[in-house]
Amino acid sequence: MASFHKEEEEAKAKAEEGKKSTTMKLSALHQSYLNRRRSPLDSSVDAPSKSFLAVFWLVLHCLCCLISLLLGFRFSRLVFFFLVSTPSSSNLYSPPFRPDLPPPRIDLTPSNATTAEVKTSSSRVVVGRHGILIRPWPHPDPVEVMKAHRIIERVQREQKAVFGAGGKGSRTVIAVTPTYVRTFQALHLNGVMHSLMLVPYDVVWIVVEAGGVSNETASIVAKSGVRVIHVGFDQRMPNTWEDRGKVEEEKLDGVVMFADDSNMHSMEFFDEIQNVKWFGAVSVGILAHSGNAEEMVMSMDKRREMVDEVEERSSLPVQGPACNATDKLIGWHVFNTLPYAGKSAVYIDDVAAVLPQKLEWCGFVLNSRILWDEAESKPEWVKEFGLLNENEGVESPLSLLNDPSMVEPLGSCGRQVLLWWLRVEARADSKFPPGWVIDPPLEITVAAKRTPWPDVPPEPPTKKKDQMSLSQGNNNVVVIPKQQQQQQQQQQQRSSKVRKPKRRSKRNKHEAKPTDTTTQVSSSTKHHQERN
Amino acid sequence: MIRSSLSVILLFLFFSASSAEHNARTERISGSAGDVLEDNPVGRLKVYVYDLPSKYNKKLLQKDPRCLTHMFAAEIFMHRFLLSSPVRTRNPDEADWFYTPIYPTCDLTPTGLPLPFKSPRMMRSAIQLISSNWPYWNRTEGADHFFVVPHDFGACFHYQVEFNLDTKQEEKAIKRGILPLLQRATLVQTFGQRNHVCLDQGSITIPPFAPPQKMQAHYIPPDIPRSIFVYFRGLFYDVNNDPEGGYYARGARAAVWENFKNNPLFDISTDHPTTYYEDMQRSIFCLCPLGWAPWSPRLVEAVVFGCIPVIIADDIVLPFADAIPWEEIGVFVAEKDVPKLDTILTSIPTEVILRKQRLLANPSMKRAMLFPQPAQPGDAFHQILNGLARKLPHDRSIYLREGEKVLNWTAGPVGDLKPW
Repeated sequence: MASFHKEEEEAKAKAEEGKKSTTMKLSALHQSYLNRRRSPLDSSVDAPSKSFLAVFWLVLHCLCCLISLLLGFRFSRLVFFFLVSTPSSSNLYSPPFRPDLPPPRIDLTPSNATTAEVKTSSSRVVVGRHGILIRPWPHPDPVEVMKAHRIIERVQREQKAVFGAGGKGSRTVIAVTPTYVRTFQALHLNGVMHSLMLVPYDVVWIVVEAGGVSNETASIVAKSGVRVIHVGFDQRMPNTWEDRGKVEEEKLDGVVMFADDSNMHSMEFFDEIQNVKWFGAVSVGILAHSGNAEEMVMSMDKRREMVDEVEERSSLPVQGPACNATDKLIGWHVFNTLPYAGKSAVYIDDVAAVLPQKLEWCGFVLNSRILWDEAESKPEWVKEFGLLNENEGVESPLSLLNDPSMVEPLGSCGRQVLLWWLRVEARADSKFPPGWVIDPPLEITVAAKRTPWPDVPPEPPTKKKDQMSLSQGNNNVVVIPKQQQQQQQQQQQRSSKVRKPKRRSKRNKHEAKPTDTTTQVSSSTKHHQERN
Repeated sequence: MIRSSLSVILLFLFFSASSAEHNARTERISGSAGDVLEDNPVGRLKVYVYDLPSKYNKKLLQKDPRCLTHMFAAEIFMHRFLLSSPVRTRNPDEADWFYTPIYPTCDLTPTGLPLPFKSPRMMRSAIQLISSNWPYWNRTEGADHFFVVPHDFGACFHYQVEFNLDTKQEEKAIKRGILPLLQRATLVQTFGQRNHVCLDQGSITIPPFAPPQKMQAHYIPPDIPRSIFVYFRGLFYDVNNDPEGGYYARGARAAVWENFKNNPLFDISTDHPTTYYEDMQRSIFCLCPLGWAPWSPRLVEAVVFGCIPVIIADDIVLPFADAIPWEEIGVFVAEKDVPKLDTILTSIPTEVILRKQRLLANPSMKRAMLFPQPAQPGDAFHQILNGLARKLPHDRSIYLREGEKVLNWTAGPVGDLKPW
């Protein structure tokens, strides 16, 4: 609205301003229009007609000023522009701030025929006022926005390919994971899978399963987005044979690393192994307990006391290449099993800690071309695979090489620990629902060990390792799948069955909260709620 | 014998592999004159620098040192470069080209815009000096002389802009035309528009001056993903001089604003952010529309920062057009097609876009757009010399017979004939 008034005032001011300035402006205006009509190079003007034309324009201008006073916008110039304008007919003047007027109709169809003819030798570009072209709906078109986003994504991918990770170009990571169906398989395999899904390079995941291909493994592995080669294997031995077969069969080219399913990999590990030329070694952190938690703390204290005597800095052992000051490989840090020799195995909730072998496969990465048959440009210090005795198995990764000193230490010469080794397994006789799906739904619920209400008869704990506790805190509930009903005492069954209907209603109210098995729960549940 | 041939084959494979990798990132640039961006002009031409009194050059600079940093500073740096360049010769008889060290744009308003009011007179007086003190001007009437005239409209020096909506700067320039005395000389200018009276046929178009150190101080790592689709910072309406629009940029900039101000893909505004250079490096397309004149330093900035220039200026002639194939590097949009700019840009195939980015990544391309101090091989100074060298040898017809006169020394507006 303000602009509207401004225009009005301007029109009034124009009319009032005086004919003196208008005459000058008119003559100049007239000149410029004349110039535009002819070619801009022609600067001669007819002298005698000039005065007549000047008067004519003056009169016309006054008339237009009066009309514009009535209409409210500047009429004069628009008319002249329409009459006198250049052959590009699609130029329509549309003022920038006119919210009150209806939007001007802009004709956007390019008149190809007319513009094609205007290919004279004189400049097509005309000096003077041009219209501001605005299309009828100046808002983004969603289809084009999507196209633009696809372009952006493609450009970014190209950038990453060319400049990312030091710009060396990305080699495929071939991850070899031996696995077998067991309780913690889902836990470990998911971890490895997520790490591989995050790798910014192409990944080929070779999952070698002992005991043949199984559905459980297949269902876990299928959820990853990476290319998976699922291979079954009959024996439990270092399974590089199968992989070599696969790698060779498909001529996979890239860097082979061994992703044991219970290891943890850092993202820098994948960046670092791109640098390997033939055979590289990285430092692996070994996470193995030598006692339970309290003992661990005590032993740390003891170790601290010993520090004065013995320079024992590292609290966690590391297996990997050892280098001297000039970053040349001189040896290996190997896990020393001696400190653990006499101690009893530690059970993480009844789990035995497994200790690593002398040299773990996971600390080594190889160029997949080593495994190919043709010795294209294989260095001489790599043994031919076929020569190794299949029955014995490969003792250590270093036995693949004739010359172990040609191993390349990665991760700033072994100073960076890029992955961790940990073996945490459930007890061999532990049971878990197949596919971790509880079907049919539970019918039996049993109170857990620690509840604060003395009214509940203390149940003997039936803690099995595969029973998940839903929360810390006082309302621990242990649920047992239906298959294990036979193991329960009959009392519990009957009593919990009686309680069940009341349970339901309460359960529905608080979905997220763990359900409690005791009947006297109503008040205490609320109490618990407030605390929570 | 076999072993040597094997090693040769291996070497060849190695080099082809490495160059293939190199190609994945950049691509060689060859324009209509061939692959000439990296030519070395030394030995191909000789330039003689006239010794003019310092009132034509040094004194002007002393009066106003801002001349060294504005976008017309190419003339000053060209002079300095030629003084110490190996192509310079002190013997004018063996020179192919003659250079006149004069700084006609170094006459600035308080806000920093050049006043071309006195430039025609300055030029006339310089040429009078040359023609009376040395015989080389009269020998060819200036056909083997070159001048650096980086003004808005080149050698159509024009009066100070008195803004009256109906008489525009450009019309005045057009009316004047190229200074008559310079009509046979080669002009090295930033202005370039086809079929325009201010662009002489044989002139060499150069990029406007952009300070190289300032731009190089703002580099970001190349793996930062380009996430802005179209980027532009600058005026859309010149409210001081042209409040309603329609004159400034022939309405093209205003059309860009009106059509795309609501479009999230277009990061356009009139801000002056401190991260301007960094943002350009995060953009895929950078708009380079015309302003009052068709050329713009945005082209130089876009090339240096790897952003594909979208040139919206009808009939423009871009710098070093014979050495750099601009159609393969930038996107040209006609001014009447501005409302369809988003459609045009999104319909470019991705391979074409990637190729343009590879061409832009070529370091010789970036070097050719800059005027570094001191001069480096492949930079804009050398491209100018290459352009001059490509015009050699001079046609015999430029040498005039004794007493023959071609130029009209009294042509032009009366005001120009006054002594300076």
